[in-house]
Amino acid sequence: MSQAAAVHGAVEPAESPLTPESWGKLGMWIFLAGDAVGFGTLLAGYGAMRATSADWPSPYEVLGINLTALMTFLLICSSVTMVKALEWLGKGDKIRAQKYLFYTALGGAIFVSLQAYEWTHLMHRGLHINGNPWGASLFGTSFFLVTGFHGLHVTGGVIYLLSILRVVARRPAPEASYNAVEIAGLYWHFVDLVWIMVFTFMYLL
Amino acid sequence: MATGEHKHPNYMAIFWYLAILTVVEIAVIYTPLAKFTIGVLLCALALGKAALVAMYFMHLKFETRTLGMVAVTPLLIATLLVFVLLPDGFAVMKRTVGVKAATTEPAKH
Repeated sequence: MSQAAAVHGAVEPAESPLTPESWGKLGMWIFLAGDAVGFGTLLAGYGAMRATSADWPSPYEVLGINLTALMTFLLICSSVTMVKALEWLGKGDKIRAQKYLFYTALGGAIFVSLQAYEWTHLMHRGLHINGNPWGASLFGTSFFLVTGFHGLHVTGGVIYLLSILRVVARRPAPEASYNAVEIAGLYWHFVDLVWIMVFTFMYLL
Repeated sequence: MATGEHKHPNYMAIFWYLAILTVVEIAVIYTPLAKFTIGVLLCALALGKAALVAMYFMHLKFETRTLGMVAVTPLLIATLLVFVLLPDGFAVMKRTVGVKAATTEPAKH
């Protein structure tokens, strides 16, 4: 193993991107770049609507940020368990890797549940997609659109992680699923990264 | 065989940076600074956190230039997008302010 790694390390200098592993990663990165433009457009649209509105509510007073801060923390934690899963898989410990993959998916599932709770709570207080008691009706529209789009990404991510967990469980050699886990990790960290942006621009600012 | 070639950075250190930066972000909105200053600080903190996630969790720091360029492309497009939206924003803002002034004027008389 270590010999193979040493040879591999020697064969693969920084500028040879065309290995089967890097194809997968390149594919995921291109997908994520496209997705990032999608989120960027949503957030830029949000900024334009807000800047041109005379009665935009102050988000952190209306939405409350205690729960969302907890959700942010949860997503950061799930990113850590994701990298830990990859690290353990790299060390050849399949059981620990599966455990951490499961924790990551669980973190995502709790995140989506908390978001469902938050949405229900806000709807009871009058925040709807077509209006709200505090001001510009586009506030509700953009809030549900952007957080909903992100929530869908997390939901998809949980399903993705669970299916990767199955891949790891089924392949006998730990290194056989290393690449698949790394690529799934890219997606998961991206979802975390987007939430950092959404949390800042839609809740704190 | 992909194992062994990646040096794993100290993930727990990155975790603590992210956690601390989140606490700082929340603290910033309660400081008595000007709204504009708070906005700039929040943007800087968010970009810092995003950079930490991309560089260390997504291993961008240890990847090839090709992947780096793919990752930077949406940033460029997003920056352009802001400039594309600015004229529209100013136009609507002028009109909104104009309408507001026009509607509040007669109400006073």
